[in-house]
Amino acid sequence: MKIDIILCGVGGMGALSSAAIISQAALDMGLYMKQAETHGMAQRGGDVQSHLRLSDKEIASDLIPEGQCDIILSVEPMEALRYLPFLNKKEGWVITNENPFINIPNYPEKDVVLAEVKKVKNSIVFNADKIALDLGNPKGTNMVVLGAASKYLRIDIEKLENAIRSIFGRKGEEVVMANINALRAGREVADKM
Amino acid sequence: MEKLLLLGDEAIAQAAIDAGLSGIFGYPGTPSTEIIEYIQASKEAKGKNIRSSWATNEKTAMEAALGMSYAGKRAMFTCKHVGMNVAADPFMNSAITGVNGGVVYISADDPSMHSSQDEQDSRFYASWAKIPIFEPSNQQEAYDMIHEAFELSEKFRLPVMLRITTRLSHSRAGVVIRKEKREQNQIAIPENPKQFILLPVNARRQYKELLAKQDGLEQASKNSPFNKYIDGENKSLGIIACGLSYNYLMENFTQTKCSYPVLKITQYPIPTEMVNKIYQECDSILVLEEGQPLFEEKLKGFLNNGKKIMGRLDGTLTVDGELNPAKVGKALGLEVSEGLEVPSLVAPRPPKLCEGCPHADTYRALNEAMAEYTKGRVFADIGCYTLGALPPYNAINTTVDMGASITMAKGASEAGFQPAVAVIGDSTFTHSGMTGLLDCVVDNVPITIIILDNSITAMTGSQKSNATGRIESICEGIGVAKEHIRVITPLKKFHEENVNVLKEEIAYQGVSVVIPRRECLVWLNKKRKEEKQKQK
Repeated sequence: MKIDIILCGVGGMGALSSAAIISQAALDMGLYMKQAETHGMAQRGGDVQSHLRLSDKEIASDLIPEGQCDIILSVEPMEALRYLPFLNKKEGWVITNENPFINIPNYPEKDVVLAEVKKVKNSIVFNADKIALDLGNPKGTNMVVLGAASKYLRIDIEKLENAIRSIFGRKGEEVVMANINALRAGREVADKM
Repeated sequence: MEKLLLLGDEAIAQAAIDAGLSGIFGYPGTPSTEIIEYIQASKEAKGKNIRSSWATNEKTAMEAALGMSYAGKRAMFTCKHVGMNVAADPFMNSAITGVNGGVVYISADDPSMHSSQDEQDSRFYASWAKIPIFEPSNQQEAYDMIHEAFELSEKFRLPVMLRITTRLSHSRAGVVIRKEKREQNQIAIPENPKQFILLPVNARRQYKELLAKQDGLEQASKNSPFNKYIDGENKSLGIIACGLSYNYLMENFTQTKCSYPVLKITQYPIPTEMVNKIYQECDSILVLEEGQPLFEEKLKGFLNNGKKIMGRLDGTLTVDGELNPAKVGKALGLEVSEGLEVPSLVAPRPPKLCEGCPHADTYRALNEAMAEYTKGRVFADIGCYTLGALPPYNAINTTVDMGASITMAKGASEAGFQPAVAVIGDSTFTHSGMTGLLDCVVDNVPITIIILDNSITAMTGSQKSNATGRIESICEGIGVAKEHIRVITPLKKFHEENVNVLKEEIAYQGVSVVIPRRECLVWLNKKRKEEKQKQK
């Protein structure tokens, strides 16, 4: 088993929390993992990304080689496109929230961005913000996207739920369940497709 | 077997705790900051009374580490690569004094300049000073090497460098932690009372001793478990892979076996015997180094009249920038996979000042106050406020190194280019600005220094600033006239008032200081969240 994932978005949207949850689940499963992040300057609103590699064999590079990424998991559609050079052209998936985060004057038209994402052979583009909002958890977009991606992660959803429990446990049961519900709702979307 | 999920930086910190560290000293700098932050947050470190607060700059940090070593204890120093320049004076001389308690210097380099001004390779410093280097290729090695580095340091009585780069600093993996933890050293001053007195007569003798240690250090590298010769049947090429580059090499051989002999180097000085073996056995050599071609240059020699040596110098690899699997694959002539192109519509999201940042208000006021003068008069420094160079502010004209705002503005003012204004952050001011201010006062140069006080070292992620609560008294103590130390509040509602204060001080024909004071919002939010958490 070997799976390479790029998690991306804009600072503050929770892309790195998703990475931490998958990492924790992988470690509990006894898999090897490496997770490289861009920290950089501390300002919010810049693009953030994490290369996450899981395998049952030892992993060499912290960076995913170009053209070999299995899943780009994004909480923002234009950010998903930024990492296409890493995607496996034939078998890779792009799974992204469809709502743009606009903090630059030259953000392209939303429709054009979404059309570009849909050009990728395998993609799931959906309104994760709305699902999170309907659940009463507007900050849960990242968990909804992670839930949708869980179908392709080859990690049992229970393992991800346990990881959420161990990472958010100290924030109380309410936060844990809000995140788990968002995760499950995202998974439903993928299952229906 | 306990396995923790750790960043490279955190693996270093945990290892130091486990290896009997008594104190860590450093100044924040990406990508090194998390090492000290981990120790500051560690209950274990607190229980062991390991000192870990931030130093004022890298020089004071390294000297304090050396002092702790003098007292017999194990000490660690951390910085980002450019911090080595600030600490260069104690660094070079500490190779001559040597150490008493073990000392490990960590330099986190930033090839590709993800958040830096240059991509200098700290191995050059260590090689110049003739001290050993460890260069881990993964998080586990980083953990294990710290233990070894302290042992080696105490065995040879020399400081040891551990060099990492951004990729490893900021990448997590499972790390196996040792069960047996080493106790801290007892206080014991050096047996030789002259060891730390670098009078020329002592220094000459100790330099000879340092030179005499080189054979032993090379022997230690040769016998090190961290350096490996991996044989291969195809002798047309031999590969020397240093540090992290070994991973990128191996990433190209996940499906097939590498048929070339490989020499993996992660402990220096590089053992001649191992290099000689691969050089003699193979027709040509490829040198892989993450950073600048330190070893490649040595191996190639000035005349380059030996076997074919490939690497960064002949264009087989790029001279600048960090390596990756594809670059190394191409250097080997392998077919490398490619993904899709980035669609042209994808726009960059450049870093910018946060919504509501106090610096933004200061720059709006400064731009207005400077409107009556010709352009190019604002000398700035290293910090979030460097982003004032970008639109919509376009407020600053230089950013060179820590503290250079004040001294460059001074030089320009002395050239007759007046008014000249310096913009410097609170933490940068205490790091390297205070001495420049003294120069200004001594020469009574017409200059206005704006010290942006957001009460935190913001750019590296909110570390405590040693300037907090001390700026006015420092300026006054250095000799700035009290009536020309002005504090303003950078808020929209005080804009007119602030513009007037700036105008007055800029017009003043002497040294003046304006301190726009308002807390960093990122830090304020963080603080509020933490307080909430505590109340629960």
